[in-house]
Amino acid sequence: MAEITEDIKVAENIVHKKSSVLTDKVMHYCPGCSHGVVHKLLAEVIEEMGIQDKTIGVAPVGCSVFIYNYLAIDWQEAAHGRAPALGTAISRLRPDRYVVTYQGDGDLAAIGTAETIHACNRGENMVMIFINNGIYGMTGGQMAPTTLEGMKASTCPFGRDPKTDGNPLKITEIVAQLPGTNFVTRQAVHTAAAVRRTKKAIRKAFEKQKDKTGTSFVEVVSTCNSGWKMNPVDSNNWMEENMFPFYPLGDIKDV
Amino acid sequence: MKEEIIIAGFGGQGVLSMGKILAYSGVMQGQEVTWMPSYGPEMRGGTANVTVVLSDNRISSPILHAFDTAIILNQQSMDKFEPLVKPGGLLLYDPNGITRHPEREDINIYKIEAAEEAAQLKSAKTFNMIVLGAFLKIKPVVEMENVLKGLKKSLPERHHHLIPMNEKAIQRGVEIVKEVTVVKA
Amino acid sequence: MKGNEAIAEAAIRCGADGYFGYPITPQSEVMEKLMELQPWNSTGMVVLQAESETASINMLYGGAGCGKRVMTSSSSPGISLMQEGLSYMAGAELPCLVVNVVRGGPGLGTIQPSQSDYFQSVKGGGHGDYKLIVLAPASVQEMADFVELGFDLAFKYRNPAMILSDGMIGQMMEKVELKPQQKRWTDEEVAQMNPWATTGKPESRDYNIITSVELDSEAHEQFNHRLQVKYRELEEKEVRFETTSVDDADYLIVAYGSSARISAAAIEILREKGIKVGLLRPITLYPFPTKEIQRLAPKMKGILSVEMSSGQMVEDVRLAVEGKVKVEHFGRYGGVVHSPDEVAEALEQKLIGG
Repeated sequence: MAEITEDIKVAENIVHKKSSVLTDKVMHYCPGCSHGVVHKLLAEVIEEMGIQDKTIGVAPVGCSVFIYNYLAIDWQEAAHGRAPALGTAISRLRPDRYVVTYQGDGDLAAIGTAETIHACNRGENMVMIFINNGIYGMTGGQMAPTTLEGMKASTCPFGRDPKTDGNPLKITEIVAQLPGTNFVTRQAVHTAAAVRRTKKAIRKAFEKQKDKTGTSFVEVVSTCNSGWKMNPVDSNNWMEENMFPFYPLGDIKDV
Repeated sequence: MKEEIIIAGFGGQGVLSMGKILAYSGVMQGQEVTWMPSYGPEMRGGTANVTVVLSDNRISSPILHAFDTAIILNQQSMDKFEPLVKPGGLLLYDPNGITRHPEREDINIYKIEAAEEAAQLKSAKTFNMIVLGAFLKIKPVVEMENVLKGLKKSLPERHHHLIPMNEKAIQRGVEIVKEVTVVKA
Repeated sequence: MKGNEAIAEAAIRCGADGYFGYPITPQSEVMEKLMELQPWNSTGMVVLQAESETASINMLYGGAGCGKRVMTSSSSPGISLMQEGLSYMAGAELPCLVVNVVRGGPGLGTIQPSQSDYFQSVKGGGHGDYKLIVLAPASVQEMADFVELGFDLAFKYRNPAMILSDGMIGQMMEKVELKPQQKRWTDEEVAQMNPWATTGKPESRDYNIITSVELDSEAHEQFNHRLQVKYRELEEKEVRFETTSVDDADYLIVAYGSSARISAAAIEILREKGIKVGLLRPITLYPFPTKEIQRLAPKMKGILSVEMSSGQMVEDVRLAVEGKVKVEHFGRYGGVVHSPDEVAEALEQKLIGG
């Protein structure tokens, strides 16, 4: 049997190959989590563009804090919410490099709101990837700035009530209004077609960086089955029914 | 030589810049200098003062509790700094706006009608240079040649066309300063 | 030139790569001067006004992570806001230079000079077991000189360095001799000298990670142990201080920064009265000149720690002296600067009696 499987491992038989930018480490994400898919797309875009040696990544605090274990590019791990500040300095001091930040909703839209807004408003030349699953995954399912009205989380166990808990924040729409952004889009990775569109969006964001015309911002509306307490299929359905009406997919700005 | 000077008045009178020109003049003369402002929200309109030390040797403290010279340009500063002039030291003041004139008998007191003179010169901004001229007449701690160099150094280049006017003001100060009381040596 | 301006001039001349800051009195002249000098046209140095001190220090993290010589300056409340970032930088072993032109606290406090940030500076300030390299300038000349020294030490030990100044040294003008312009490191030199930096992963090496997180406690203890080894080395090799008139002294004043200047004048007053007092001026506050204090203490009848605080450095002086002689503190605080005669009087009262 082993001989047979070795025999068929030849170039002409390959239909799909793991990106060379991905490391061999097994990802720690829960089954059904969107992070793994987005990591893979990011790795593929970096590989296809041939910019592994020219890309510097900034990791957040949140579930994807260990993204640096999975993509073989130079990484800096930022304090909670500060990735855009790191990205600003990296981009300014190494304008010959591609800079990509990768953040969740708590990181980008709560504790790091100031850094997000001001980096985008200055138009720092970097790609910002924003994973929005409406919940704090890493700390165990607390309310996020993007948690929907009525949605349950451990710090709003009876559902988010805007009267007391505030309203869900559409930070991507805010970022799109800022003159410093050149491309703002909202995507998802729940279907094969959506995955392809998200990859295209990430590729476009990186391509845009060649012109040095500002910040390229890609939101990925994502699932968190552990935090949402649903199986992956139900999570995808719930996302389509509840998240997409409030966070509609598509390009918001492209200049 | 070591000369410890406090210049005190209202913000906007050019107190800090006068100190700065004096300090730069000292540098031009090869002296050690310190220039230490009291700064704060009271910078404009409130009281402002600056301590300038000129010395042939290394200066220890830029903060002082007694002065060889006090240049006083408003009443609050008179109240605060008249007692801090060392016996035998100098108090130079502009009587404009002063309600209680200096009373000490153990110090040398001079007055300079700088506000009035500046008004006559139609250039309120030369006020501080008239005062500086008066001080240098009484205590020529820095040579006039170096004062002019210091003036040039402390003014940004775009203001260099104002140098002749300032020079003239310094000269007027030299001419019009008046002795009030002088302690016998 | 003003102390704050000297920082700006020296930063450009020593070949710094970037300054990221946020305005706060009494040190705004640093960034104002840099913006006026436009070093991006001459040396290529980046100068950026950030949206907060939090952003500034994290920009330093990003820049230092790329192996660049980056700095910021602020005053006490702003430095408090930077503590998180400083802890992260110490944890990620990133070099940088932070200038603190101290003002009186707590809270918004006052904009007048103070030395009440001693604890925050030398004991770590943020969370975790770490130290900053802390340099205390006592003149405008040292403000300029310590910029380069701070960068050198920061890179030698891969640790943040701080210039702990105060509103008095920052606002004061004195004569300064500036060094000639040095070239900035090229990207190739950066990659060669700082092989740990994130410069873009070439084929020739594995990818670099700048991080301070380690969830395995055993491994994290090992990492912390390595930090402690580094701090012991700093304490062994990098202590800097200056002593004046200590050889014949019966009493010793320990004072840094502007308090050292004021104390020097106080010592002149006391010596005129026949009281023999010497001065020990720590130049590095961390590492602290513990051994020199231990050496001098037995020769003294008493030691006075003079600082514009309610008594912070005095604790380190007492730790060094270990109860062998009397150690007292004197200092005005909350933004009030003590005068030489106040210091002289305090020494007579507290150490001699009456």
